[in-house]
Amino acid sequence: MSEKQFDYYLKGEKGEYEVIIGLEVHAQVSSEAKLFSSSATKFGSEPNSQVSLVDAAMPGMLPVINKFCIEQAIKTGLGLNAKINSFSKFDRKNYFYADLPQGYQISQFKHPIVGEGKVILDMPYGTKEVGIERLHLEQDAGKSMHDQDPNNSFVDLNRSGIALMEIVSKPDLRSPSEVGEYIKKLRSIMRYLNTCDGNMEQGSLRADVNVSVRKKGSKEFGTRCEIKNVNSIKFMQQAIDFEARRQIEVIEDGKSIDQETRLFDTKKQETRSMRSKEDAHDYRYFPDPDLLPLQLEESYIENLKKDLPELPDQKKQRLISEFKLSSYEASVIISDQAVSSYYEEVAKNSDYKLAATWLMGELFATLNKEGKEISQSPVSAKNLAKMINLIKDGTISGKIAKTVFEEMVKQDADPGKIVEEKGLKQTSDPKEIEKIIDKILSSNQDKVEQYKSGKDKLFGFFVGQVMKEMKGKGNPGMINDILKNKLK
Amino acid sequence: MSEIYKLTLCQIIEKIKSKEISCEEVTKSFVDRAVKSKKLNCYIENTFDQALTKSKDQDKKLESDKKLFGAPIAVKDLFCTKGVQTTASSKMLEGFKPEYESTVTSKIWNEGANLLGKLNCDEYAMGSSNETSHFGNVINPYKNNKDLVPGGSSGGSASAVAAYLTSATVGTDTGGSIRQPASFTGTVGLKPTYGRCSRWGIVAFASSLDQAGPMTKDVKDSALLLEVIAGHDNKDSTSAQNKVEPFSQNLKKDIKGLKIGIPKEYKIDGISKEILNLWEKGVEVLKSLGCEVKEISLPHTKYALPTYYIIAPAEASSNLARYDGVRYGFRAEGKDLIEMYENTRSLGFGDEVKRRILIGTYVLSSGYYDAYYLKAQKVRRLIKNDFDEAFKKVDTILTPTTPSSAFAIGENIDDPIAMYLNDVLTVPANLAGLPAISIPAGYDQNNLPLGLQLIGKPFDEQTVLNNAFAIEQSINFNSNFKDWWM
Repeated sequence: MSEKQFDYYLKGEKGEYEVIIGLEVHAQVSSEAKLFSSSATKFGSEPNSQVSLVDAAMPGMLPVINKFCIEQAIKTGLGLNAKINSFSKFDRKNYFYADLPQGYQISQFKHPIVGEGKVILDMPYGTKEVGIERLHLEQDAGKSMHDQDPNNSFVDLNRSGIALMEIVSKPDLRSPSEVGEYIKKLRSIMRYLNTCDGNMEQGSLRADVNVSVRKKGSKEFGTRCEIKNVNSIKFMQQAIDFEARRQIEVIEDGKSIDQETRLFDTKKQETRSMRSKEDAHDYRYFPDPDLLPLQLEESYIENLKKDLPELPDQKKQRLISEFKLSSYEASVIISDQAVSSYYEEVAKNSDYKLAATWLMGELFATLNKEGKEISQSPVSAKNLAKMINLIKDGTISGKIAKTVFEEMVKQDADPGKIVEEKGLKQTSDPKEIEKIIDKILSSNQDKVEQYKSGKDKLFGFFVGQVMKEMKGKGNPGMINDILKNKLK
Repeated sequence: MSEIYKLTLCQIIEKIKSKEISCEEVTKSFVDRAVKSKKLNCYIENTFDQALTKSKDQDKKLESDKKLFGAPIAVKDLFCTKGVQTTASSKMLEGFKPEYESTVTSKIWNEGANLLGKLNCDEYAMGSSNETSHFGNVINPYKNNKDLVPGGSSGGSASAVAAYLTSATVGTDTGGSIRQPASFTGTVGLKPTYGRCSRWGIVAFASSLDQAGPMTKDVKDSALLLEVIAGHDNKDSTSAQNKVEPFSQNLKKDIKGLKIGIPKEYKIDGISKEILNLWEKGVEVLKSLGCEVKEISLPHTKYALPTYYIIAPAEASSNLARYDGVRYGFRAEGKDLIEMYENTRSLGFGDEVKRRILIGTYVLSSGYYDAYYLKAQKVRRLIKNDFDEAFKKVDTILTPTTPSSAFAIGENIDDPIAMYLNDVLTVPANLAGLPAISIPAGYDQNNLPLGLQLIGKPFDEQTVLNNAFAIEQSINFNSNFKDWWM
């Protein structure tokens, strides 16, 4: 796999181009309460049912920092191998919009809580390090609804004031697939830490994507465009590909790129200009006088560090050494904490190699087909382990196991019972196998002749016929051995 | 008992507790007078009936452990009062009834006082004459040949205390809004240390400067009301943890040995001769009380006013963004969201508020931020450092409160700079977050009251109050206006 080379260069009329990508990921902090108020944060609640006086920006209301959200941001920072700033500050970002009750968003502009860090990606061409510029905390806005009434827009403030972490990468990403891996890695780290549920359908994770292009081999960055608020990996990848090709066309036409903010139209799969640099808002950032600067004690940060759970990269190394998994298998398994827990449970109770094979093969295929997460798996880890043990002790063949597995998907029953009830137990009695082989060979004399005169491929045909006769329950190893002897 | 309304807050409570007078009598006395004083335009909203009903209930069961039991108290209309219209004197909030009570006023009601009504002020507390109110200007009970302003922004509060329309009140002070009107009306106004009182539930003007404080007839009342309203509040991150002393009990007039600073930079151009004489009189009084009076220097004083008029509008421009017509208060429709904003804010805000929003927006704009806002923050630090240095040598600082006495209504309204100059002596204490009190100290040649200001160390309100108390006892100021409006 490591022989593969990075090859995402886009061809223009006048040469090849490299694509430079940086992301600003907005990750919703997993927290019962909002960043500056005690309102609930449950997704999908009745509109305006989770709104405090602070969230609605009533006169005289003041923000009070939610300590838990600070802790979540620090943990995430530690998970990104980043510097935690012992001094940070909240600023006001001023702009008017109907779903922004205060008329400003409280954010961290000059002094973010988390500084530089890095994330390691496993790409087919080796590992890739992506720099993190910073992570800061900010409030989410509410939601405007324009489709409820012909004349009025409605505003739902449930989301107003919910804590977001904005994670800003360095412009280190070079392809849509790197972006996909980066988002998956961030999500995985935050899920391990329980700091963000990473649920993109519910908007818990979304990103602004900065894209520029340059001639392959060039060292200078081109002018970038920012694609706002893209909420799925697929859309990010499509948007990048479109935007990069658009920029190449503009450049090759002899024009220059305008630094601007663009929107991705998911239906037409194209990016469109939203506002140019000249029209950019002047947010008039200034320190929020309602909040004191955030000062963190070194010991507080150290304690959080000590209590961090095992993170994906560490877990990967452990799975490789403990379960002898390949780097590829380990990275697939650790990408989702629930998957890795499932794997560990199966592996510890059966065979770690077979556990990986079955998990990444049959189980993933089933989950994929049914559109389910591992947490909703129709087959429990306990039963999968039992099934693997039945293969190991020769009770069933790998082939029969597929039938057993299919049964287990229908009803998560003990595989032993399924084998019993359906009579799927493997026949390993050499006499019985020999009897069937003799029967098959005698009724296929012509093919036996052909085989003996050199048509080796017919061996598979005989095996198949024997298996068929035995309704798939013959011990494949024994069939092979006996058949070979008979055909000598 | 006649003229109950002339009693101080402390006297009223004492007489109620000793059953010399009833709560109802007290309330009725103020209500009757307030009803006859509508011309002064102090009240925007009254709750006279509720206050009378409550006072009758209170007479049935005396709670002598409550510090303000039976006192009828009207408050500046910047404090949110549950179920009672709160407007900040702006059209923008006309008819707005909060579902919550500010921390400061809650504390007052918890001690047994009753809300008498909401007092007029400059719109969003922006002004020095109470002329920017949507509900019309307030008139000072002191009169020259013309009607005079009561000062501002807490002008309705100052006039109401001076004219005996409330037993005491609370105002807010961002650049002098308690002290300057106190000076203009011959009353006592205290701006506590920044962080002493919670800002929760007070309509915000400039968050880093706003501070609530008592406005009373005398210093003892001020001490009592401060000990009620002060204290840490979890709902205000900038409120201080410092312990609240029983200021009124600790009050003493023996200030022998106290070191008093006289800042030479406060002898500004244009300050009247009479004011300088008054200041000199204050110095003599303090010397006679055994204080050590010395000249000090606060070298950055001249930058205080411009610094204030950058920082306060900057914060205000952001604080007032929430008044957008979307969720509450006034709305003027428009063809789209932007036009609705424009119409609402054009019609909902008055000229002075708009002026400050514009200034604030400008000084925070990209390209100007460093030159204005950031520079102002640096100067603010230098001003604070000046005071820190001075307080190594002295315990309090004595200055006049204002450069002049009350002026005529309309006199300065078209000249914002002349108006802003009113705050020149009060603004430094806000920028440095220090406690400062204005006490009446004499009259000018037109028989208008003049105030002296005492500035203290952070959280040392006790020394400031003691110092003020001692001066008050020596000078023995008596109000001398006639009830000309009745």
